[in-house]
Amino acid sequence: MKVAAHPSTSRLAPSTPKVILALLGRDVRVLRKQARVFIIRTAMQPLLLMFVFTYVFPKIGQGIGGSVRSASGFSTLLVAGVLGISIIFQGIQAVALPLVQEFGFSKEIEDRVLAPAPNWAIAVEKILSGALQACLAALIVFPIALVVPATPIHLHINFFAIVLFVPLAGLVSGALGLTIGTLVPPTQIPLIFAIIVLPITFLGAVYYPWSALSPIPWLKYLILLNPLVYINEGLRAFLTTGIVHMNTAAIIVASVAFLALLTAAGIRGFEKRIVS
Amino acid sequence: MSYVVETIELTKRYPGAAENAVDALNLGVGAGELFGLLGPNGAGKTTTTSILTTRVRPTSGQALINGVDVLASPAATKRAIGVVPQSNTLDRSLSVFENLYFHGRYFGMDAKTARFEAAFRLEQFRLAERKNVPVAALSGGMAQRLMVARAMLHYPAVLFLDEPTSGLDPQSRLALWDVLRELHSTGQTIVLTTHYMEEAEELCDRIAIMDKGRLLALGTAAALKDSIASTSRLKLTTKGSSAALAASLETIFGTDARTHIGEHSVTVDTDGVVVSMQSLLQRATDAGIELSGITVEEPSLERVFIELTGRELRD
Ligand SMILES: Nc1ncnc2c1ncn2[C@@H]1O[C@H](COP(=O)(O)OP(=O)(O)OP(=O)(O)O)[C@@H](O)[C@H]1O
Ligand SMILES: [Mg+2]
Repeated sequence: MKVAAHPSTSRLAPSTPKVILALLGRDVRVLRKQARVFIIRTAMQPLLLMFVFTYVFPKIGQGIGGSVRSASGFSTLLVAGVLGISIIFQGIQAVALPLVQEFGFSKEIEDRVLAPAPNWAIAVEKILSGALQACLAALIVFPIALVVPATPIHLHINFFAIVLFVPLAGLVSGALGLTIGTLVPPTQIPLIFAIIVLPITFLGAVYYPWSALSPIPWLKYLILLNPLVYINEGLRAFLTTGIVHMNTAAIIVASVAFLALLTAAGIRGFEKRIVS
Repeated sequence: MSYVVETIELTKRYPGAAENAVDALNLGVGAGELFGLLGPNGAGKTTTTSILTTRVRPTSGQALINGVDVLASPAATKRAIGVVPQSNTLDRSLSVFENLYFHGRYFGMDAKTARFEAAFRLEQFRLAERKNVPVAALSGGMAQRLMVARAMLHYPAVLFLDEPTSGLDPQSRLALWDVLRELHSTGQTIVLTTHYMEEAEELCDRIAIMDKGRLLALGTAAALKDSIASTSRLKLTTKGSSAALAASLETIFGTDARTHIGEHSVTVDTDGVVVSMQSLLQRATDAGIELSGITVEEPSLERVFIELTGRELRD
């Protein structure tokens, strides 16, 4: 048996960003191993949504989307909607659910928090990992949203803005996932879907632009508490044309504010769960 | 003397608990020592280990690794420690090799070094053949060896193991003992918690006996056993009258011997009086007593524990 420490390892003191990168490296490896599962679970929902609402409905002449007058307008509206849903879903699927398991029965988190970095950094890595997967999801979903509809889509892509906004949306999603993952005990996973995911997606300006809610003012202002609203409105603003969207400055400010809030809450929840 | 691991009046009371889980604990572990924390369920072993490994915040007192306060410098502490927790915390999404490789990466190794170190530990812990299987496919003993390999990968100043052999079959336990002896022989400082006294006795240089968060005794196994009065405990059973048996034993051990008379048995703490089995049998035969059994119980840590607490170590 060898005795002495390997010379190059005897003085290891990685910086915090380096530890975070290494943890991300692990997540990427796992993602690559599960690439097929990732693609299927990411593509299925947008594929079905687009297929039913923007292919089947127009073909069978079923009316949909009251204030958005044409079927084509609805397809365009839904492009941002399914992208937004996919991004926010990654926060749940890639961050919250694994975290609940790691805190619960698998106890893997006990090992992860022994990585030589402050605990907040381990939490931040979860957000970054969620954001990365959200961006990948957007890349997978975007072509689906373009190809499936039977009616034309009116794109007007602001490349510069979208390249910055999708990662921002991904970070919001990751931070939301972190917050949920640290709050929910393993026995209550079904509740995540019932009281968080469903309201967020149905009341997230997915199937209607936010401005169209004017006839129901209380709802219009209530859903401003839903981060998905800003994600969808932002995607609308930077990807498509012909649909009224929220002021872009307001979208950015609100998204950044949600990111800050959810990151703070997530880190706090994380530290509470791992240090007793 | 400077310690690798030191606790000073270390105390932990969990929120809402009525008593301290760890109560004013003072310990010092020297470099190269294999140090045992022995105690029954709930003694506070895991809590002590968890404080030393940054997972639990002490209520008062101090925990130091290499003289550095654990609470003040968690990242530096994490670099200096290797931890094998009480439950399996292997990364189930990764293979055996990847568990080691990524651990090396977390600790700042470049890819090449991490691969090299992972391969080295796989050999050392006899896991090389299984390097590509998912960790879920490992037996309990192998999983535990992989946990030790992973904890050692970054050359920690001190290795903590929390009940590493509980739940293992006897053969795997012996294999893990060998692993720990090997590490110890290279000068690795190790803190081992256990509630198996034979494990503590077999492996540890010094043993701290804990109960209800308190340190009851500290020393080598031999010193701890010397600390209890009697050397051997003799238990004789008879089908006949235990009173007659006791009377006959009195002629050997004297009237002030610590004797316990049961229904059909007599127990004597011999306090160093040496008797041969032959003479014992002779006396019994002379007195017309039929013996049905003789056992001699050497001093054990179990008895040290009973002396100290009035309870059995295992409940
Ligand atoms: N997270 C916690 N919250 C509240 N009380 C706890 C917590 N962890 C442990 N305790 C209590 O602290 C005391 C010491 O527990 P600890 O786990 O440190 O003992 P142990 O010696 O490791 O026991 P075991 O042999 O069962 O592992 C026990 O009374 C236990 O119930
Ligand atoms: Mg324990």
